[in-house]
Amino acid sequence: MRTILKRVFLTISTTGTVERPATDLGYLLHKHPDKAQAFSTSHGTAHVFYPEASAERCTAALLLEVDPVALVRRGKGKGRGGAPDSALAQYVNDRPYAASSLLAVALTTVFKSALRGVCAALPGRVEAPMPLRVEVPALPARGGAELVRKLFGPLGWSTVEAEPVALDEQFPEWGDSRYVQLVLEGELRLADALRQLYVLLPVLDDAKHYWVAPDEVDKLLRAGEGWLAEHPEQKLITSRYLSRRWGLTRQAMERLELVRLAEADDLAVEDIDNAVDETTDTEERPVPLAEQRRAAVLEALHAAGASRVLDLGCGQGQLVQALLKDTRFTEIVGVDVSVRALTVAGRRLKLDRMGERQASRVKLMQGSLTYTDKRLTGYDAAVLSEVIEHLDLPRLPALEYAVFGSARPRTVLVTTPNVEYNVRWESLPAGHVRHGDHRFEWTRQEFRDWAEGVAERHGYGVRLVPVGPDDPEVGPPTQMAVFEMTEKEAKAA
Amino acid sequence: MTSTTLSEGTTAPGRRLPVTDLSLVVLVGATGSGKSTFARRHFRPTEVISSDFCRGLVADDENDQSASGDAFDVLHYIVGKRLSAGRLTVVDATSVQAESRRQLVQLARQHDVLPIAIVLDLPEDVCAERNAGRPDRAGMPRHVIARHRRELRRSLRGLEREGFRKVHVLRSVEEVESAEIVLERRYNDLRHLTGPFDIIGDIHGCSSELETLLGKLGYVDGAHPEGRTAVFVGDLVDRGPDSPGVLRRVMAMVAAGNALCVPGNHENKLGRWLKGRNVQHTHGLAETIEQLGKEDDAFREQVREFIDGLVSHYVLDDGRLVVCHAGLPEKYHGRTSGRVRSHALYGDTTGETDEFGLPVRYPWAEDYRGRAAVVYGHTPVPSTSWINNTICLDTGAVFGGRMTALRWPERELVDVPAEKVWYEPVRPLLTEAPGGREGRPLDLADVQGRRVVETRHMARIGVREENAAAALEVMSRFAVDPRLLAYLPPTMAPTATSKEDGYLEHPAEAFAQYRSDGIARVVCEEKHMGSRAVALVCRDADAARERFGVEGPTGALHTRTGRPFFDDPAVTEEILGRLRTAVTEAGLWDELDTRWLLLDAELMPWSLKASGLLRSQYAAVGAASGAVLPGATAALEAAAARGAAVEGLLDRQRERTADAAAFTEAYRRYCWSTSGLEGVRLAPFQILAAEGRSLAAVPHDEQLAWLDKLVEHDATGLLQVTRRLIVDTGDEASVRSGVDWWLEMTGRGGEGMVVKPLQALARDGKGRLVQPGIKVRGREYLRIIYGPEYTRPGNLERLRERFLNHKRSLALREYALGLEALDRLGEGEPLWRVHEAVFAVLALESEPVDPRL
Repeated sequence: MRTILKRVFLTISTTGTVERPATDLGYLLHKHPDKAQAFSTSHGTAHVFYPEASAERCTAALLLEVDPVALVRRGKGKGRGGAPDSALAQYVNDRPYAASSLLAVALTTVFKSALRGVCAALPGRVEAPMPLRVEVPALPARGGAELVRKLFGPLGWSTVEAEPVALDEQFPEWGDSRYVQLVLEGELRLADALRQLYVLLPVLDDAKHYWVAPDEVDKLLRAGEGWLAEHPEQKLITSRYLSRRWGLTRQAMERLELVRLAEADDLAVEDIDNAVDETTDTEERPVPLAEQRRAAVLEALHAAGASRVLDLGCGQGQLVQALLKDTRFTEIVGVDVSVRALTVAGRRLKLDRMGERQASRVKLMQGSLTYTDKRLTGYDAAVLSEVIEHLDLPRLPALEYAVFGSARPRTVLVTTPNVEYNVRWESLPAGHVRHGDHRFEWTRQEFRDWAEGVAERHGYGVRLVPVGPDDPEVGPPTQMAVFEMTEKEAKAA
Repeated sequence: MTSTTLSEGTTAPGRRLPVTDLSLVVLVGATGSGKSTFARRHFRPTEVISSDFCRGLVADDENDQSASGDAFDVLHYIVGKRLSAGRLTVVDATSVQAESRRQLVQLARQHDVLPIAIVLDLPEDVCAERNAGRPDRAGMPRHVIARHRRELRRSLRGLEREGFRKVHVLRSVEEVESAEIVLERRYNDLRHLTGPFDIIGDIHGCSSELETLLGKLGYVDGAHPEGRTAVFVGDLVDRGPDSPGVLRRVMAMVAAGNALCVPGNHENKLGRWLKGRNVQHTHGLAETIEQLGKEDDAFREQVREFIDGLVSHYVLDDGRLVVCHAGLPEKYHGRTSGRVRSHALYGDTTGETDEFGLPVRYPWAEDYRGRAAVVYGHTPVPSTSWINNTICLDTGAVFGGRMTALRWPERELVDVPAEKVWYEPVRPLLTEAPGGREGRPLDLADVQGRRVVETRHMARIGVREENAAAALEVMSRFAVDPRLLAYLPPTMAPTATSKEDGYLEHPAEAFAQYRSDGIARVVCEEKHMGSRAVALVCRDADAARERFGVEGPTGALHTRTGRPFFDDPAVTEEILGRLRTAVTEAGLWDELDTRWLLLDAELMPWSLKASGLLRSQYAAVGAASGAVLPGATAALEAAAARGAAVEGLLDRQRERTADAAAFTEAYRRYCWSTSGLEGVRLAPFQILAAEGRSLAAVPHDEQLAWLDKLVEHDATGLLQVTRRLIVDTGDEASVRSGVDWWLEMTGRGGEGMVVKPLQALARDGKGRLVQPGIKVRGREYLRIIYGPEYTRPGNLERLRERFLNHKRSLALREYALGLEALDRLGEGEPLWRVHEAVFAVLALESEPVDPRL
């Protein structure tokens, strides 16, 4: 595994005159300009020193020496591979390497009083704005230079410079790294500047770091006093700052096996653990087209008189949830290949708190439609809503057999995007599919050909139903095929 | 099993009483009739279980009638154990009551053996006299004997109806004393016949194909010049054009002693029709009836007799071979009961019907672990192969498939194609779903949950449920078509940690390891820094279709987790095309007598596939360091110039700058720009398998000779040679040259090398598999793994405390599974069997192990 090592380095400079010497910075920071001091933090040693210190110009530097080996070896022992769970140790512990969270820790450790704006020696200067220049040569910034400007722009700086850092000048085609070189200039109170950095550097970091401190909200409120409430990006700042504590640790725990399989293939875990987008089509913010699809599916299931229903590829359980609300459905089985999706679905349905009677109607289980599965036989209906397009085309015959040849419910509903409609999506660049994991998107004719072939091969009849506004030129955004087993077959079964 | 002997008790002394060698013999007679004496005289003491003895066991008194209930429980228990173990058993109890006999008949049926009754029907006076002579029974009232006699006489007529397959009644003292027990073989026990045999699959009236097949097998007019015996697995009739012709041929061969035949379900039904029973003329019976209508009565009578005399299955060749129509689990081998016959004829059905209205058959062969090979037919399969020492020979001749025979003991398959589709199958012979043409598509139960995979080289290997779950997701969402995914490479353990100054890994330990494993010669192979790639290349699209059942692709190129390397199938085909040309030019198709090859290789550059990772991790580290370090160093220098005490920090900072530069240098070596296939290299280092066999045990020098030829004949610059050096682990100079070679290679920026036993598949002195390879990674390369500053003495010291055991164990388990997949592939086993092993490798890859090893 690869250690990520980030230099944590930050300088704060100010200018002054003989009357108001720049070296007052030392008092405000509670660190003497002629000394080099070292402080122990949980992840390494923080050094404070002054490359320059004159009445005209004074610069304080904060350098954090991270001990990567110690971090990685934290879980050592004679167990499997030398750590109780090495991938977890790696995955979680490489987070503190990220400059920003370490910096936040260092700021609170080293400049505690300065953050609070306390200075007994120079109480007047603490309250007054002063010319400041802050440099962070490598700041991880999710959202890039643009977001950096958005976050610092409204905070009173006269200059906010954010230069992207190239990944590797030998390989210009790789583009920029996620780091920017940050320079802030302006007249601010030192404590305000430090508090902004304390909150915003971790917010900009795309690293999924975690804190164990239980009082993060209070800390944020304290550090955000006076500037966060009116900040135009307040919502983003708060949610990024707070959302990542336990949630991400928990996620890391949930997908360790996948992390290892990704590592085995030199992939980032996001490349394979991407079955679920928890931020879309939530209960609070349902996607209108997804709602229309669910309505169409429910209507077709009612028309078919189905009461025992399979939701094959149930994802986060939106349809299962809708089915549960309708007592005509006596048995609902959600199947997905992604364990993570099932976990999210379980949370959405609140399975652990559901009453017994309700809970007995629903079951979630891992399965794969590229294999036949005896557990899926004997149901009235199966729904494959936005599922087939997530499978590589050469593997579609396996799904066809598993559903229509092996499971053989009387009714099968299949929905899939109509690619012709894509020109109507304003936000979708030409030639792009609607979702990164779509392996194909079909025209109406392509879908019809497939559906009719399946019906013919397996003794079903099929009709196609538009879902969403049926555009006279390009058709509906979603197309649905309703398969019904023929009388003869149904009798034989 | 239809023969029932009811002997009348008037014959001369010396009557011979046939008793089947595995049966439950029930002695029936009043108290005092001499059953125990009779049993002692004719059977071994351990074969006889008497109710008196059991009464003694539970009550300390053989005559304590109040203990009878418990005594019979014990008796039934012992009898059950003996029958289950396949031992002849004699029950010595009065058994004059129907109820007591009913229990024994049931026990015999439960264990699929024949119940046989031997009745001692002696006059009351004789019994009374004998009892009087025994002190323990002297006081028994006379009416007890009389009651026994009455009950016995009432029972006599109904014994066959009760289920006894042989009933011997002895009616006088003389007859009892002179009787002789003659042990008979079971009809199905032909262990003494050792063949050689030619076992022929389902025929279904395809007379012409049968004649062609017999000719191909060397039979001349129904006889083999070398004295071979044909064995027909049944379903001679129905559906096809000439069932009478087939019957005539087979009946003649059986009559002449040139063939054996077991009945199929179709013979069974035809037999019932011939006896005048009411049967439905479906599933091709109508055709047979019509064809038989053109024959004379005498022929039909012969057929009736022939079918009537067929034995449901045969145990042959000293118990090594079992032939029957629909397959048979081991516990039924050599047994005799209605359900054995039913299983042999119809197989194990689940009671359900499938989408075509045909009975769903339980895949008994998948659970079979028996010693005897079971050869059968019944279920048409598109192509046949051994599964767990069983093989189905019904390749659907009547449906336009092939007619197949198995030579035994050679285990060679011989087949002929159908001349036409004689009969349209109700169910298509194959589905397009992966695995369909080998019998059944892949099923979730093959891979999901906690599983144990049996391997040839390392016995049973377990897979945990959570690992299988992760593998299921990756396999389902990202892998190539499982038909083209015949192998996943195992993980490889690094060499034991070096104590050499400045090194974490060094070749000396690898050589020493193999030396201690008893491996004299090893090959050091250059470790290419790219991405592990497995290439399946077929000679052409036809070969891919015929061998792997895929329409379109001519192979696959996938990663170590089974993902395709290139999103665009055309690029994959382009690479496969170049590889194919090289194989053709090198003459390897002919040399290896194959139409496809499976290769283990490394695809370069690393940046081709790992670019996401490079950007997010490696280059990012470099970029961050590059942005920070110069400024930080300058700031420290300025502070030092001002007299601040930062010297130590400054020195460390300068070292870090150098380490960071070395890190960037390290990963850059494995990156270069590519456009299309321009700049892409493939370095094959092992040919894993070819048609009909795994090549995993071919020594590496032979392997490399093939591969050198391959590289030599590649004109496109795609293929790259793997440099190597052979080292004698017992020779100091040779070992030193190996170390020097590594130092030189890694000194120039090479990733390192892999040390492998030259003989490839190797075992140590205790017969355990040894590691198939040990990697020794270069000092600079390891910066990528352990971080820029790992070589600092303090860091190295801590890193040396790494633990390799789990990685080694994982490497061996994955290796054994990989070998298993190759063996299964080579032997043409069905897809689900190959997939089971491949899937297990992927699942194990998600086990927790220090990922830097």
